[in-house]
Amino acid sequence: MRREGSPFQGLSTVFVKELADHISSVRMLMLELLIVFTALAALYEAINSLRQNTAEDPFLLLRLFTIDQAPLPSFVAILGFLIPLMAIGLGFDAVNSEHNRRTLSRILAQPIYRDALLMGKFLAALATIGISLAALWLLVIGLGLIFLGVPPGGEEIARSLVFLVVAIFYAGVWLSLAILLSIVFRSPATAALVSLGIWLFLTVLWPMLTPAIAQAIAPADPRYALLGLNDPATAVWAQELLRLSPNDLFGEAMLAVLSPTTRTLGPVFLDQLRGAVMGAPLPFGESVMIAWPQTVGLVAGTIVLFAFGYVLFQRQEVRA
Amino acid sequence: MNDQQNETPRNASRTASDPVITARGLTRRYGKIEVVNAIDFDIGRGEVFGLLGPNGAGKTTTILMMLGLTEISSGEVSVLGFNPAREPLKVKRRVGYLPDAVGFYDQLTATENLAYTAKLMGLARAERARRIEAALVRVGLADVASRRVATFSRGMRQRLGLAEIIVKRAEIAILDEPTSGLDPQATQEFLALIGELKAEGVTVLLSSHMLDQVQRICDRVALFQAGRIVLMGAVPELAVKVLGAGFAVEVEAEGPGIARRLAMIPGVTQVETLAADRFRMTAERDVRPDAARAVVAVDGSLRKLSVDEPSLEAIYARYFQAQPTGDVRHAA
Repeated sequence: MRREGSPFQGLSTVFVKELADHISSVRMLMLELLIVFTALAALYEAINSLRQNTAEDPFLLLRLFTIDQAPLPSFVAILGFLIPLMAIGLGFDAVNSEHNRRTLSRILAQPIYRDALLMGKFLAALATIGISLAALWLLVIGLGLIFLGVPPGGEEIARSLVFLVVAIFYAGVWLSLAILLSIVFRSPATAALVSLGIWLFLTVLWPMLTPAIAQAIAPADPRYALLGLNDPATAVWAQELLRLSPNDLFGEAMLAVLSPTTRTLGPVFLDQLRGAVMGAPLPFGESVMIAWPQTVGLVAGTIVLFAFGYVLFQRQEVRA
Repeated sequence: MNDQQNETPRNASRTASDPVITARGLTRRYGKIEVVNAIDFDIGRGEVFGLLGPNGAGKTTTILMMLGLTEISSGEVSVLGFNPAREPLKVKRRVGYLPDAVGFYDQLTATENLAYTAKLMGLARAERARRIEAALVRVGLADVASRRVATFSRGMRQRLGLAEIIVKRAEIAILDEPTSGLDPQATQEFLALIGELKAEGVTVLLSSHMLDQVQRICDRVALFQAGRIVLMGAVPELAVKVLGAGFAVEVEAEGPGIARRLAMIPGVTQVETLAADRFRMTAERDVRPDAARAVVAVDGSLRKLSVDEPSLEAIYARYFQAQPTGDVRHAA
């Protein structure tokens, strides 16, 4: 049975309204201030350190993103931490607030499908994050130009644009999760707490747990231990498990793209490195290829979580 | 509508002229529980139809099925000739819905709230502005059009919800509990607005607990109980059916053989003697003139003559008294 009309009818209306709501909201302002100030602090440290020991680095601009000066982590690491917070902040009350304000049945009584409402909300939140990240990206490039005085090369711009795209999908995963939870839980507070709980678990606890779980699944061969080496089987398990966390995927993809010397993201045997010129940067295309699986993983996570939410929302009762 | 009122409810439901909503065996199950159980009804164009019944009797679920907002388990419903499950957009384009305790976006103004839904309706910008302004004037919210809805009272929100239906130029207005929680004056104003809609030829379907209001504005009512329509028809017909007769006339008079005289009046079905000089007659029509004549004819002294018009409340109370169902909570 085919539905009459387009599922996207009204999508642009919902999108524009939600975007306007997000951009004018106090919540968004706070999130933006938080991100801009922490990012500026990281950048300031990075610029300072780059000015003091200016090396012959062909990718000076990219170093702005990745250099970390204790106690501050690098710009990318800070974003890896704050982007989920922003996405959760924009998504945790997407659907349940419509229920609680009792606007849902009134809106759905207009000639639109539920698809338009959910998709409009998702895209508006993603666009909000995209706009903020693009602004942040321009800020980094601009500060780099002013304080380092080196014009960025085409490849650097290309690599940093890949960073922007991957970061938006990384936000998409968390946004899908937050919207999914806003459909499951009727109370926005519960949805927010559960989202933040999952975020903390995956970013803080999961990296600590994976070695133990990997050890349990594939116990290390004692012969490796005798030689003071890691068992490759255990190491591979640990990394695969760690990759379940979007945080790790984002980190790996960024490592590949923003540090052009990165040749691989997994454990390698020495013989695989035979003939490699250590420390030589990879071409742009090769770096993107290394980051490709991680990027696809983030896109897939976004789509799967959104699809879950979509199915639940279609089946949900409208009445409060 | 008048021709329907003289028919029995069952027939009335079958012969509504030019029906805009038709339900046949409409059922909604949650698991094994039938929230709406095989109901049939027809609503004619221009009619004001009331859905009554205790909370949880299935009124809102019936409304949501008509809008395609909840699944239909079995049976069918047709709204303006469309099946809301298959062609929800066509139905929703022509039907206005005011949900129970309607909500608006508090941070937006009245005009902005209406503009959002008007955009969803697909109205062009100029048309939108014109219709919104006219609708706000009509529901008496023109002065507060640019105030944020957060400051609105319950009654103002209900009227804003009605303005949305007016902006839509809906052929059918479905109002769920439109007057619950309103103060008497707000209720009066709201009922007057519903009357205006009716005068324009809009079919109005409303669910309510407020029986006296429903009685005042509805052409026909359907009484819901545990997912079924147990009674349907115009209020006077239901009175005859449930109360036995439509009018209860009380006479206070002294004179010989008054009770016998009163019982002889055509149309009187019963005369109860409440006291030596007080009698209560049940009749199919207003028999006060005849009663006065009867008292005067025996040279009696008439002290009081009063009539209780059939009230929906009495019908409702009597019906649920007569058929105890255990956990039915009496609304109203």
